[in-house]
Amino acid sequence: MNAFVATFRRDVALMWAGGGALAPLGFFLGATMLVPLAMGPDRALLESAGPPLVWIAAALAVLATLERLFQADLEDGSLDQMMLSPAPLEALVLAKGAAMWCVIGLPLALAGAPAAIALQAPPSLVPAIVLSLALGTAAFIGVGLIGAAVTAGVKRGGVLIALIVLPFFAPPIIFGSAVAGGDEVGAALSILAGCALAALALGPIAAAAALRLQAE
Amino acid sequence: MSASGPFQDKPALRVESLTLSRGERILVRALSFDAGAGEYVEVRGGNGSGKTTLLRALAGFVKPRAGKIAVEGAEEPTLALHYVGHLNGLKGAATAYAHAQHWAGLFGASAARRDGALARVGLTAQAELPVRVLSQGQARRLALARLVLAPRPIWLLDEPAAALDARGREMLSALIEAHRADGGLVVAAVHDALGPEPSQTLTVTA
Amino acid sequence: MLTYLANPARFMAFSAWAAPLFFGLAVIAFAVGLPWALAFSPADYQQGETVRIMYVHVPAAWWSMGVYAFMGVASFVGLVWRHSLADVAARAAAPIGATFAAVCLITGSLWGAPTWGTWWEWDGRLTSMLALFIIYLGYIALWSAMDDEEKAARLAAILCLVGLINLPIIKFSVDWWSTLHQPASIMRSGGSAIHPSMLGPLLTMAGAYLALFAALLMMNMRAAIFRRRVEAARMRGGEA
Repeated sequence: MNAFVATFRRDVALMWAGGGALAPLGFFLGATMLVPLAMGPDRALLESAGPPLVWIAAALAVLATLERLFQADLEDGSLDQMMLSPAPLEALVLAKGAAMWCVIGLPLALAGAPAAIALQAPPSLVPAIVLSLALGTAAFIGVGLIGAAVTAGVKRGGVLIALIVLPFFAPPIIFGSAVAGGDEVGAALSILAGCALAALALGPIAAAAALRLQAE
Repeated sequence: MSASGPFQDKPALRVESLTLSRGERILVRALSFDAGAGEYVEVRGGNGSGKTTLLRALAGFVKPRAGKIAVEGAEEPTLALHYVGHLNGLKGAATAYAHAQHWAGLFGASAARRDGALARVGLTAQAELPVRVLSQGQARRLALARLVLAPRPIWLLDEPAAALDARGREMLSALIEAHRADGGLVVAAVHDALGPEPSQTLTVTA
Repeated sequence: MLTYLANPARFMAFSAWAAPLFFGLAVIAFAVGLPWALAFSPADYQQGETVRIMYVHVPAAWWSMGVYAFMGVASFVGLVWRHSLADVAARAAAPIGATFAAVCLITGSLWGAPTWGTWWEWDGRLTSMLALFIIYLGYIALWSAMDDEEKAARLAAILCLVGLINLPIIKFSVDWWSTLHQPASIMRSGGSAIHPSMLGPLLTMAGAYLALFAALLMMNMRAAIFRRRVEAARMRGGEA
């Protein structure tokens, strides 16, 4: 477990030193601002259609941070050292994902509260939206690990990661948006939790397999 | 050779008719050798001859096209060895000490060893500096600190003296000799002789 | 059969006559199926003549999923046994599957215009097909972005298998989503509700698509193997 903690702590420290959640948060709020600009500031229209759009902003904000997740480790040789650890590579990949969730996913979920209010979500729904975003960013990151790992060797692979990962974002977006739209909140939240668990179970396994190939 | 050191499960590398390729290109063809405790094996060969691929195969990163590699000295092959390649495995934003701390966790080393490792490679004064301000030679020393930080019987070194000055090379030779005296095994890919007398020399030509 | 063909040389010998054979079968099946479906089969009592798009649309939907399943099997074999012919097969199948998915989407849209009164409806099935099409695009893009073919094959295989696991989840969530947003399914086609007189031309067309897939797959694989041989020969020539 030591290696897991060491990897988690190091990634948190490095991400923090690299600006932490500042850029993704700014991106998230900027994308949220574009929604009323595209739909018009009409209150009734925003009330009926606005809140689920925080999910688009959150998905894009996570996507934008995935590219360097493993690429840096592949380029500077850290990946080789990870493979020589007594801990399985899957666990270390999960540690990196957990670090990313703490530094980027959780702040995004919290920022979801003001963003949802700005998009005219009913205040009573805001706690559920924050919770759903916390689960949803975990699911995004779990699936994102796979996209980041298979494209780690591709220079300027940002668009490629997005293309690969976006269809797998469909389930969390669907259930997350249902929460934000106030439809079947309880059921959607529990399915969302299932999505996050499945993504965090499958993601590290597939990502570790891809990273072992990248190191060849 | 003396094999009375701390490595009780005597380390050994047994390579049998190993063939390695990169795509369709064969780099190493039917290579066989045995190496045991206290040995220092030098791998020689020109640029692009497959020295790096050979070391990465010994480390278990590259799957052989044919043949067998057996690593002894720990219950799992990857736990028996250290690999210091062309890439130092360092993060520019983290300090030298933070690296030592991270590796101690990653490889399961004690706190005492962690604190001693930077001194062994002569980086005590630089411990709190971020890696991005270190010179190439100092960064190389930091990468070599992994070797003393967590004791592992087999060292695989790819051009370990790259960017090191004369004193750094002496330090490296001393590390290798001490490891051999402890009953360890060192395989190094080099262009010029490192200093220690090799117990065997392998030449790879693709 | 499969283990026999696993040898590239035997595959080349087999496909040299099998590819044209399947191509011929496809031509015959289309020659029978298309007129049958488009002229001689009965019109639907609700949808009239527009139901004929189904004979192009439904087999494309079936086989775009079937091809992906085939790629999943090939990827698994390539990944576990490191078999290069399986890698070649998975890669060669992808553009065909993507084309089937595109045909399905386009004919679905054309079908939607007269029956739903709109070119696009976010119907559950069409949305899942769109997701499958995008997964195909991602798979093909990953292949073409990598220089090292061997590595690309393994990584694409991982991606393909991840997609295979995810597709039912995507399908489930899209179905959940579409029942949430529209009370009843608009489209009533395919499945067992189909009239027997429509089954004949539909199965003929499905057979035609399958034969076409087999022929195109073998041709793509042959092209890939020839290209590899040329590259290998050039490398040997360059070294000498």
